[in-house]
Amino acid sequence: MLRMLLRRLFLGAVTVVIVSVIIFAGVEILPGDACTAFLEREAQGRLLENCREAQGLNRPAAERYLDWAASALRGDLGVSANGGVSIAELVGNRLKNSLLLAACALGVGVPLAIVLGVVTGLWRDRWIDLLFSTGAIFAMTIPEFVSATVLILVFSVWLGWLPGIVLTSAGAPASEFFPEILLPVIVLAMVMTAHILRMVRSSVIEVMAGDYVQMATLKGVPYWRIVFRHALPNALLPAINVVALTVAWLLGGVVVVEVVFNYPGLGRMMIDAISDRDLPVVQAIALIVATVYVVVNLTADLLTMVLNPRLRTHYMRQR
Amino acid sequence: MTAAPVPARARALSRWGGVLRDVMSRPSGAIGLTLVVFHVVLAIVSPWIVAYDYRAMDATLMLNGPSAAHWLGTDHLGRDVLTRTLMGGREALLVTGIATPIAVAWGGLLGIWFGLVGGRADEVLMRVVDAFLSLPWILKMLVLIVTFGTGIEVLIPTLAFFYGIPVIRIARAATHDVVARDFVSAARARGHGRLTIIRRELLPNVLDTLMVEGAMRWSWMLLAFSSLSFLGFGVSPPTPDWGLMIADARGFMSFAPSGVLAPVVALSSLIIGINLTADALAKALGLDRAQKAPV
Repeated sequence: MLRMLLRRLFLGAVTVVIVSVIIFAGVEILPGDACTAFLEREAQGRLLENCREAQGLNRPAAERYLDWAASALRGDLGVSANGGVSIAELVGNRLKNSLLLAACALGVGVPLAIVLGVVTGLWRDRWIDLLFSTGAIFAMTIPEFVSATVLILVFSVWLGWLPGIVLTSAGAPASEFFPEILLPVIVLAMVMTAHILRMVRSSVIEVMAGDYVQMATLKGVPYWRIVFRHALPNALLPAINVVALTVAWLLGGVVVVEVVFNYPGLGRMMIDAISDRDLPVVQAIALIVATVYVVVNLTADLLTMVLNPRLRTHYMRQR
Repeated sequence: MTAAPVPARARALSRWGGVLRDVMSRPSGAIGLTLVVFHVVLAIVSPWIVAYDYRAMDATLMLNGPSAAHWLGTDHLGRDVLTRTLMGGREALLVTGIATPIAVAWGGLLGIWFGLVGGRADEVLMRVVDAFLSLPWILKMLVLIVTFGTGIEVLIPTLAFFYGIPVIRIARAATHDVVARDFVSAARARGHGRLTIIRRELLPNVLDTLMVEGAMRWSWMLLAFSSLSFLGFGVSPPTPDWGLMIADARGFMSFAPSGVLAPVVALSSLIIGINLTADALAKALGLDRAQKAPV
């Protein structure tokens, strides 16, 4: 168990390192650097040389990578190319806001998806299943900006129930984002619910067809006892991993939703940084997002292992 | 021993004919495939059937509602919304229609190869794949697009590259399921080389998975493409594109909702059509799609 835990931790760390290399290399091959972005049209000759000297951009790439990675480990993400502000400071509030949005979407989406997934799985091919399974296909494949636009049109323009745009500033406390945050949360939760619902549904169907469920039925165990005591614990385990994988999508979907609703989060900051060619900021955001993803997936893997003794031995045999 | 064996190609063709019939016999497949075919045909013929020039602006007609002359009204520059909606899928279908087969081909072949060969290189590759998948698609795409520009010649390779990466993983997993079977061991025992085994034993067995995967990738690509257009990183105006049209018309949707609703319906129906088809295809081929991770 401990060996496996360490192995998973190690692999997670390796993934983060590879991501950081990809990010660094990706930004490295872009034409221009932090200095050309900062100096803009004056970026030539003496001025450019001085700036590169000051920023240490003349050193070999490998050395700069190690430097960047080492300071990122200490929580120092460098300075923005535009205005020279500390990135850690810039990112702080935005990250908090994005996590708030993601957490609200998860809080709404996960319980809803599990309930609907179990219901559609138990009543497979009945009208309730067809309704939600088909609805889920629609919800998960319509681009977020489309569903967001339609929701704004209906709930904000026509009905006037909810604000269609976020006007709260980035530094405001979480409570001030209510009720502006509601529509963005609904958009994100809808897609997420769809993904998890489909997974839970197929896993419920699979488990209910299992030998031990049939055995219990033949023994005369009441139906609902079978469902809750025998089937669901096994059916819901894989859901943990799906939730973790949806987080990768969530982090991307958040970007579009934040732009649509003018929400002051990390995603909109990223779009702005890319438009401004603020490379240090792009690097920092990419690293943060990737790390969040890896940590979430690692947690999900470990949680599944702890909850499922079978999987533990399975992993053991693999190695 | 006198009966001539049915040529492999004819057998394969009749099998896909059967799959097509199976897909069409399902309500989801029939609706989905009809929608997809409708959109593809429309994309091809739309330049000849539209009533207006998609670029023609008319300052006297800005943001008009539906009328006899302009069935879906006009946009903020006085351009006909119906014309632009009918033509708005052409760029998206062209780009994703080329990028999807490329993505499935390179991702699929690489996945099959490493699924068969395994070893150190396989381990390293999977870590790199994991690393790529852990970055949100939008970040990866935008960095490349900002570097190289936004034309078709950038979007096609970019989409083909990034959307091939998850295919590697799927193809590799599907290959692992096949490699352990007896007929692969038999082929090995006969002394066949790796390429022969891939061509004769693995590819035919993994193809079903790749087909379904391809249909799904296509819809994700459309989602990505239209999202990029919406954000202003996709096609450049005045080319009509649904994502761009929605972005433009959003500001006026309180008094000209048809400008938003028309491209919304068009884009949604295409994407839903592809997904219904993919769903029916997966069922017809006996593959359950619900297990796939949303990457």
